Amino acid sequence: MTNTYDIAIIGGGIMGCGAALRIKEGGMDPVVIDQGDIGQGASGVNAGTLSMQIKRVKLMPYAIKGHHEWQLMGEKVGFKKTGGLTLAFNDREAELLQERMTMKRDAGADITFVNPKKVEEIEPHLAKKIVAASFCPDDGYANSSLSGQYYRGRLTDENIDTIERFQVSEININSNGYEISSGDQVIKATRILIACGGLTKHVAAMLGEDLPIRARINTVSVTERAPRIMNGVIGHATGLLTMKQKDNGTVLIGGGWQGKGTPEEGRGAINPETLLPNLQLAQFAVPTLSKVRVVRSWTGFEANVPDFYPLAGRLGEKDNAYILGCVRGGYTIGPYISKLMGDLILGREPEMPLFDPNRVFNEDKLI
Amino acid sequence: MYDVIVIGAGPAGVNAAIEADNLGYSVLIIDEQGSAGGQVWRNKSSSIIDAPKTETSIKGNALRDALMSSNVSVKYEARVWHIEKCDTIWNIHIENDVLTSKNLIIATGAYERIIPIPGWTLPGVIGLAGATALFKEHMMVPGHKTVVAGSGPLLFYVANEIERLGGTVEAIVSLNSRFDWLKSLLIMITQPILLWQGFKWVTAFYKKTIWQSAPIKFEGADHIELVKIKKVDDDWKPIGKEQILEADSVCYGQGLIPAIEASRLAGAEHHYDETLGGWVPTIDDMGRTSIEGLFVCGDNAGILGALAAPIRGKNAAQAINKNGVVYDIGKFERFGKAMTALSIPRAGLLNLIDTDTDVCRCEGVTRKEIEHEIITGAQSPNAIKSGTRCGMGPCGGRFCADAQAMINEHVTGKTREDIGLPTARPPLRPMPMDQITEELNYDDLPIPGVSPL
Repeated sequence: MTNTYDIAIIGGGIMGCGAALRIKEGGMDPVVIDQGDIGQGASGVNAGTLSMQIKRVKLMPYAIKGHHEWQLMGEKVGFKKTGGLTLAFNDREAELLQERMTMKRDAGADITFVNPKKVEEIEPHLAKKIVAASFCPDDGYANSSLSGQYYRGRLTDENIDTIERFQVSEININSNGYEISSGDQVIKATRILIACGGLTKHVAAMLGEDLPIRARINTVSVTERAPRIMNGVIGHATGLLTMKQKDNGTVLIGGGWQGKGTPEEGRGAINPETLLPNLQLAQFAVPTLSKVRVVRSWTGFEANVPDFYPLAGRLGEKDNAYILGCVRGGYTIGPYISKLMGDLILGREPEMPLFDPNRVFNEDKLI
Repeated sequence: MYDVIVIGAGPAGVNAAIEADNLGYSVLIIDEQGSAGGQVWRNKSSSIIDAPKTETSIKGNALRDALMSSNVSVKYEARVWHIEKCDTIWNIHIENDVLTSKNLIIATGAYERIIPIPGWTLPGVIGLAGATALFKEHMMVPGHKTVVAGSGPLLFYVANEIERLGGTVEAIVSLNSRFDWLKSLLIMITQPILLWQGFKWVTAFYKKTIWQSAPIKFEGADHIELVKIKKVDDDWKPIGKEQILEADSVCYGQGLIPAIEASRLAGAEHHYDETLGGWVPTIDDMGRTSIEGLFVCGDNAGILGALAAPIRGKNAAQAINKNGVVYDIGKFERFGKAMTALSIPRAGLLNLIDTDTDVCRCEGVTRKEIEHEIITGAQSPNAIKSGTRCGMGPCGGRFCADAQAMINEHVTGKTREDIGLPTARPPLRPMPMDQITEELNYDDLPIPGVSPL
């Protein structure tokens, strides 16, 4: 006899695993399904930045809570609170920085503006070309490579079933709930939560829902181990650079430069036309990086809807179907918003409002 | 834009380039070394003015001469760091330049398999193939008293070169038994010259050869001093009493592994075939891969050695044309496979990898840590790598991937094919940032848009 789970969670990333843990804690029996390994999609390959300065104003309260969750996970996920700088190299960027950081500060982030002299004290290796900068002492990072190991361990500890390498090919709805198939294998569950990042659109379509989801293909690079050249997280007023040097000396370089490919086709590929400006900007900010070797560059998918706000709630008119994804800053916010999602599924009132997936999406164009 | 770019100027790549040139294509060949020849026919350092001719130097010089008198364009000391196909065109990224071609032939050769045992990272312990580079390029020997250990024919070649260049071989410790070699002899008969050469080497070192044995530990304060060895059974599991050899240097390795990073990055399908040295691109008999316009030849397409390489190279060039001629590789393939067979890892080898031995030398990850990660649920090479950092260092997993997979195979009982490979990513070699980028003119920075507020 096959077991009927209370809920099948499609996607074993931070969102899916976080929701599974909350749901189990609330007394339901979830199963987590992943097409690959637990925590090896975007949750495992993003740059790991936990910065308040790159969070959206409206999502700031969620980011602050998420940051706290990471702090609690601590060493097991490589959490570090280092403080972080955001840099402006010309007047246009300085203006942008002033406007944006003021709004983020008003939304609750502990952000201050710092003068170039103070910047030099904080990060002596930075280029002496800075026009303006902001600082947040709460900024830091975690090691996204450890997401898989961490959540796999947590799911095991809580006796939550996981099914890896299960590529969902079909979902059928009947009076008892959902039947999720991968070839001959079928998993039955009363409820379903779609939380599979870049593939969310693809899987929602199996339930007949057409969501305006697009996938961004973010590029990240890592260097060999280098002597200490930066102390905290370094960002750029445009958001096009994030950097941090890990305790082992390697430097992670991100900034959302777009690679190639689609989530349906595989893991994506870097595009030299965007990778190289990303590395140029990194060297421009920290000239000492020039002689350091890049060891690996890769991509991860980040799903978005046109207004760049999360999808977190009931899916369409269906009973017992839920969706969680498209969270801008999802790595930081994931451990928190997944708890809220778990609460909704358990029939509890979430501590903060969720984001109706059935809303009308207004285009929030990139400026 | 070239008709053909060839990556790797060893015997396979150079022959592919010359054949393509003869067929009327415009051809560029790229190599990270300063001259053609590859590992097997590696050129002498320019500081060596005169040296006795050897088989490899004669063949290498002939290859370099043939290349020089062809119309093939060459680019040496160039490191390919990324390969991508855009529509029908190949973009080959070297340093801060992009070269383009309609067809791509990958001939990147092989690297060596080194089973990690306690002390394998001690100074003075070098790879067997690494040692041959010392002999060929610099005419140097690794020390005064060398133990040569591992498997396959390279043991005897290395031992012979050490003594020819004035060093002393303390012992050859061969995993292979005399019987293993006897089986190979039947096939070596097709190559009488090599058979004679092999016979001379084996007889020269017969007394110094300790058959069916393996080092179990390399010891020394800060440099290799002692090699502890044991007999092995037919499965290569160490048995019986320990024997101690003194040495100031060790050449150590268990055969070759195809260098497939470039063909993987180019998107070709691969499969596992232990008779060809491990993971290889899936190809037809001429070297056509699963990707249109992508061809492979030489040891990276499966370890068949230097004899087969020139023919495989020519076939890869012929393969560009649908009706290209196929050169027969038959006896060279049988010979190559017989030599490769001597180094197919056997299950008992795993007993040599002590639980506290670093399997990944870049990141210092032990067998115990890898096993723990697998036992606690990491199923794939990507997951094992993420959790332990095994393979995240500058070598990109070249040295540890095979041992990591052997451990996985042992713990999970899965096949190598099921275990799979980690995701292929650039750069193919660690690249200093300022070598792949131009200096930034800040105003030229393409700003695609600011993130939503």
